Amino acid sequence: MAETVGPAELGRWLRAFADEVTDHADELTRLDSEIGDADHGSNMRRGMNAVVGKLDAAPDAAPAALLKSAGMTLVSTVGGASGPLYGTFFLRMGTSAGDRAEFDGAAFAAALRAGLEGVVTRGKAQLGDKTMVDALTPAVDALDAALADGASLKDALRAAATAAREGADATVPLVARKGRASYLGERSAGHRDPGATSTTLLLEAAAESLG
Amino acid sequence: MSTPESTPSVGIVVVSHSRALGNAAVELAREVIGDVDVPIAVAAGLDETTLGTDAAAIATAIATSDRGAGVVVLMDLGSAVLSAELALDLLEDVGADPATRGRTVLSAGPLVEGLVVAAATASTGADRHQVSTDAAAALGPKRSHLGLSWEPTT
Repeated sequence: MAETVGPAELGRWLRAFADEVTDHADELTRLDSEIGDADHGSNMRRGMNAVVGKLDAAPDAAPAALLKSAGMTLVSTVGGASGPLYGTFFLRMGTSAGDRAEFDGAAFAAALRAGLEGVVTRGKAQLGDKTMVDALTPAVDALDAALADGASLKDALRAAATAAREGADATVPLVARKGRASYLGERSAGHRDPGATSTTLLLEAAAESLG
Repeated sequence: MSTPESTPSVGIVVVSHSRALGNAAVELAREVIGDVDVPIAVAAGLDETTLGTDAAAIATAIATSDRGAGVVVLMDLGSAVLSAELALDLLEDVGADPATRGRTVLSAGPLVEGLVVAAATASTGADRHQVSTDAAAALGPKRSHLGLSWEPTT
């Protein structure tokens, strides 16, 4: 098992995420129809399909360029709030990559954290606001903790994916304080957050394709 | 009629999920200011019919609207605001003047009323701070007419 993440691994991860988003597009849109504007699945599918197109065109790009390309593609093709949020996530990961040819586990975790911080800065969401931050924050924390305990990258990413899913599950009773769902106030409680759900797919794709 | 060459007009960028809405709002604003030369660019929709906002397109619109006096950005809601904020980080990527970021103001004004007021204020040669301030207060006349305080109290 590879303990590093280079261009080939990043490409596998993004393709796996695109597959997950496509497979779950109807579910994401259904969740979004309950508390949002019913476009999260179709928006993310359109965006990730475009990212796969970019990967096909430039499969050997260095990590920084590959991640920046993915971020810019999402920014211009998703359309909804997920565009600038996921876009910022990958752009910040790309910045974190610097000129390295590949990430080791710690550097990959640091890049994910840089992405998380970008999402928090862009969306101004805190934990418990019923957003993607509620899945991404525990995932990045779990990844750091597992790597610090000496886990393999694969096992650490599995822990991160589990933490993301638990975080997304925990959004169900929350009242939304950001985004379209926040217009609903108390009525947003009782529904799973679509953004936290797609973020879980991102981490599950990483656990499946990396390490 | 045009603003004096020594004081270039503030530019205005209209960010909306809908290109049709953005273009129609500009048509309305142009009607108000007549043939005064105010640069107004639309960054709205993913294409003619697909709803959505695109931070890279917004960055390009800001870059092309800055004649040196800066740009005031009017947005509709949700991702329009996030994309406009992200666009400020992308100005360098689209080849904007390095000074443009520092003279770009994201206005809290409502899209339609704010745009009309911003265009009217810009057409007088006002600076970007005045344009932004006036746009943000654009609901005042409507509120006043409806018997409400000029500005929301909460």
